[in-house]
Amino acid sequence: MGYQLSKQQAAEMFQKLSKTYDLFAPVRKKGEGCFSDTDVIRYEKVSSPEEIAWEAKSDYSFKEALLPINETLFYFTEDETLVPKAPAKARLVFLRSCDLHGVKRLDEIYLKNGYEDYYYARIRTQTKFVLMGCPSSCQSGFCVSMGTNRSDEYDAYLKPAGEVLYADFHCPQLEAYAAETGAAQAGVTPDYVTENHEKVTLPKKLSNESFSNKIWEEYGNRCIGCGRCNFVCPTCTCFTMQDIFYRDNEKNGERRRVWASCQVDGYTDMAGGLSFRKSQGDRFRFKVMHKIYDYEKRFGYPMCVGCGRCDDVCPEYISYANCVNRLAKEEEAHEE
Amino acid sequence: MKNEYVPQLSEIREVIPHTDLEYTFRMAWEGPEVKPGQFFELSLPKYGEAPISVSGIGEGTLDFTIRRVGKVTNEIFENYVGDRLFIRGPYGNGFDLEQFRGKELTVIAGGTGLSPVRGVVDYFARHKEECESCTLIAGFKSPKDILFKEDFAFWKNRISVVLTVDSAPEGYEGSVGMVTKYIPELTFQNPQNAAFICVGPPVMIKFSTLELLKLGVKEEQIWISHERKMCCGLGKCGHCKIGGTYVCLDGPVFNYTEGKDLLD
Repeated sequence: MGYQLSKQQAAEMFQKLSKTYDLFAPVRKKGEGCFSDTDVIRYEKVSSPEEIAWEAKSDYSFKEALLPINETLFYFTEDETLVPKAPAKARLVFLRSCDLHGVKRLDEIYLKNGYEDYYYARIRTQTKFVLMGCPSSCQSGFCVSMGTNRSDEYDAYLKPAGEVLYADFHCPQLEAYAAETGAAQAGVTPDYVTENHEKVTLPKKLSNESFSNKIWEEYGNRCIGCGRCNFVCPTCTCFTMQDIFYRDNEKNGERRRVWASCQVDGYTDMAGGLSFRKSQGDRFRFKVMHKIYDYEKRFGYPMCVGCGRCDDVCPEYISYANCVNRLAKEEEAHEE
Repeated sequence: MKNEYVPQLSEIREVIPHTDLEYTFRMAWEGPEVKPGQFFELSLPKYGEAPISVSGIGEGTLDFTIRRVGKVTNEIFENYVGDRLFIRGPYGNGFDLEQFRGKELTVIAGGTGLSPVRGVVDYFARHKEECESCTLIAGFKSPKDILFKEDFAFWKNRISVVLTVDSAPEGYEGSVGMVTKYIPELTFQNPQNAAFICVGPPVMIKFSTLELLKLGVKEEQIWISHERKMCCGLGKCGHCKIGGTYVCLDGPVFNYTEGKDLLD
């Protein structure tokens, strides 16, 4: 059921929601971008619609709301471990359609694929998603090509328009918050894009033979292995374990997991000196193949959701989208 | 819901030194049944976790043969006396003994690669009637690097054993040469009924399997075991992934038909 909330009603709804939920939404942080006089949009806790960056795609994805950049798994004392308590409040995460499709990828790895992840699962079961529509396409996204431009699996949809806020709900508990404000009912359907500036065609016949493609070496020569593409990606899920100890009491400490990147040195290093994929080209190939081939082979659908953030963030201006298109073109040329 | 990341403390029951760098730690274990070829995450707070293969399965104990090569293993070597380690597992598929029952089994192992497969060799050495024949070709760098010397003394009277070293000082009486040198000498009563396990460093696996294929062995008759960096062992951290395969979940033991396509 859809609603039209006045400014005051919207404020009231957010205020009440904040009592039950922690609201995580993209926030524009003025002047905190990589370059001087640039902003960065990333996820933070909010309590009002005005704090949210509705107008543009976030530079970092929503994933830090479910998978902290570093997360304490447990504390050590001498011979005991103590698992930190789950967050006290349930979560509402504001995101766009591409990212909502990203949630499915995170679930695939963290809830399925072998064991269920205790830490992810306990936050995830307490999380609801608020869809932010896309009235127009962002510059680098190619969600239409990836089929992630629309999503019906939201718990709520919110759209500010001038002085009012439109809302639609699939979750009755959330809907109650809007109804309570006395907001008028309205027909609301989520905005979504039907065409992007960027279009991507996936190659159909990647295989181990694609390993010898010269394209990897070419991109490898440009890549500096900073891993930013992994950190902004809504579907990258890797982490590394880390033990830290307190300087004041060396007998106590904690085991954490921190985000990891398959592009950064050390990712495959084993004790004793063995390591794999030593060149940047091999790593780039590994990443691209994972996003559009290997993951699909295992789970039945491509990993990449086409948000385009990796292309936005790359300091070497490497376009993953262009790389994928080149692979598809080469394939086509090969067939002719 | 079980929190798989939280390890349990396990007492070190016995320490068996093999070389200056390699010791077997016999740890107390009560839990699900463990298969040879499976692994555990062993850890010492402050130094982190390391995936270590089970090298022996006893009554209420598990053996881990640890090579002192990294931050975690160095510390384990410093701190073992009367001490305890954190362990969690077992993870991975391990070797399925059923696949080798009634076969002419040959195990080719290099260095610490013998650890994950030791349980298989030992089982068939003790239950000779359960396989047609059992041959072990084990290679080490030099005579001082030889592991499980007591086992070799026991095995050599029960199964066919080739214990070789890559190089040896003058006067060494044992076999010298890479494991690959001894593969062409293998003979079988019924080549169709032969099975092979190949475990060791990647280069050794590569050349040993090539030698086997040259003998006319079919790919599906060969099993290999892979080693990779693993932070979780649970299919989450991504470090062990090769293509679409998670070594921690789908392996570490692979039939060669599958394993040969795992290219980093």
